[in-house]
Amino acid sequence: MKHLALRLFFVIALPALLVATWWLASDDSTDVYWPPLRTILTAFPEVWTGERLRDDVLPSVLRLSAGYASAAVAGVVLGTVIGSYRRVRAVCEPVLEFLRAVPPPVLVPVIMLFAGIGDTMKIAVIASGCVWPVLLNTVEGVRAVDSVMSETARSYGITGVARLRHVVLRSASPQIFAGLRQALSIGIILMVISEMFAASNGLGFTIVQFQRGFAIPDMWTGILLLGLLGVLLSLLFQLVERRALGWYHGLRAASLSRLGSPPGRRSRFRVTDRAQPSSVGPPRSPKLSASLEQGGPPRPLETDAPLRLTRRRRSQ
Amino acid sequence: MQPLLAVSGLQKVYEGSGRRVEAVRDLTFTIEPGELVCLVGPSGCGKTTLLKCVAGLLTPTGGEVLLEGRRVSGPPPGMAVVFQEYGRSLFPWMRVRENVELPLKQKSPLSRARRRELVAEALESVGLADAAGAYPWQLSGGMQQRVAIARALAYEPGVLLMDEPFAAVDAQTRADLEDLVRRLWRERGMTILFVTHDIDEAVYLGERVLVLSASPTVVQEQLKIDLPAERDQLHTRVAPRFAELRTHVYEQIQAAKRGS
Repeated sequence: MKHLALRLFFVIALPALLVATWWLASDDSTDVYWPPLRTILTAFPEVWTGERLRDDVLPSVLRLSAGYASAAVAGVVLGTVIGSYRRVRAVCEPVLEFLRAVPPPVLVPVIMLFAGIGDTMKIAVIASGCVWPVLLNTVEGVRAVDSVMSETARSYGITGVARLRHVVLRSASPQIFAGLRQALSIGIILMVISEMFAASNGLGFTIVQFQRGFAIPDMWTGILLLGLLGVLLSLLFQLVERRALGWYHGLRAASLSRLGSPPGRRSRFRVTDRAQPSSVGPPRSPKLSASLEQGGPPRPLETDAPLRLTRRRRSQ
Repeated sequence: MQPLLAVSGLQKVYEGSGRRVEAVRDLTFTIEPGELVCLVGPSGCGKTTLLKCVAGLLTPTGGEVLLEGRRVSGPPPGMAVVFQEYGRSLFPWMRVRENVELPLKQKSPLSRARRRELVAEALESVGLADAAGAYPWQLSGGMQQRVAIARALAYEPGVLLMDEPFAAVDAQTRADLEDLVRRLWRERGMTILFVTHDIDEAVYLGERVLVLSASPTVVQEQLKIDLPAERDQLHTRVAPRFAELRTHVYEQIQAAKRGS
């Protein structure tokens, strides 16, 4: 009970402090662009009525879901194919490097040309931005399937679909989830941006409308709502992740405690210790561990070395 | 009688980045059904290479491996391997029960009930019936290796290959696991090929010991272990005959290292 209370305190403390600071600092503000927080909070329930939630928030969330889901599916499927075959990887690498370097918002006018200005365009924009972190992380995850696990599966005749389902995708799942997590925040950004172009509803559209109509407190409520939406989605994501990756967190905790150091003090990814090959580190190849530990910029491509796609999407 | 496993003229050469390494030169031996054979050799002599060729995980450069008269060209269905790295061989996202059951799902069509039965039996015989619902990483190293053994048992292989399975566990656990292998072998009449670098372990476990030379590997000597079938850690290891045999194997390996 005491433990729970303490945790709750840690969760609440900083947000409460920030809100209080904002409240006090803006309390006697007369600046039109920085209205007092009191005004913003009073406006909130008036702005975000049931009708507006249905006509603006819901369409936004639906677009986000559709774009995110299609990016997740496409990213995992393509990533698995690219990660599984060396040749495919060699062919795709330069194209991927190019495509992921193009900032997705730039694609809005282009996508508008052939997808129109409707929901399809917005979903396409969201998907085109979200797909990269998922794709690249899946490629890395699929490539990093432990060699002993691979051989075990082979020797027991676990091949084809069974291997994909029970071994490859499960083994890659920690990285796939890392990609999905990055994609989520990118998705929210692109949802708003896509709605700022040629839209007639949605959160992004509404916020821009408020701004243009000098309804400044209303605009601020929209930004607060976006933040809250982000928090909510992130919590939802954590819930799913905790279920799907329970084994991974358990494994990590177990290997860290066996190493005799408190969790968090050591690097997440470790090269396997020879004396205790089983108990150390998540199922990853030493090569990958090394590259993750270094965490430096992507290395130049060696001519006949296996391709190394960088793990994170470059910031735009 | 036709040998269960026949390895003849096996050669494996690794080629890569301008270097040619002949890991295994010319290996010939056979294993009869129901035998427990230990392969022992100096470290780095290509024991694991040999085992992977036998398991169909590596394609030999020359020679062939026959299992029940059929040439091994990929992992054959009648073989199970227990690897040294138990922690990387068990799937951490599956509970112990699922780990043992997964290979059975791929094997010949077995009813769900029969599968459950095999899994329960296998876990029972390695003394892990209680751990069926745990994840591998919740268990100690020795227990994890027992799960890997149970997985192989449930698979009901014609030949069980073990690649230095106890090299990574502590000495006491190791003794227990050795006795477990002896017991399972006697109870189930299995055929086991056990690879190790530990001379005592090879003599203690095997009915026959194959001593390998240093790389490039050939069979240095085949030795029949004429210890009684009933062995235990306390008495067998101090028996004069045990000492003679281990001294002999030790000398052979030293000779192998010198390359004579």
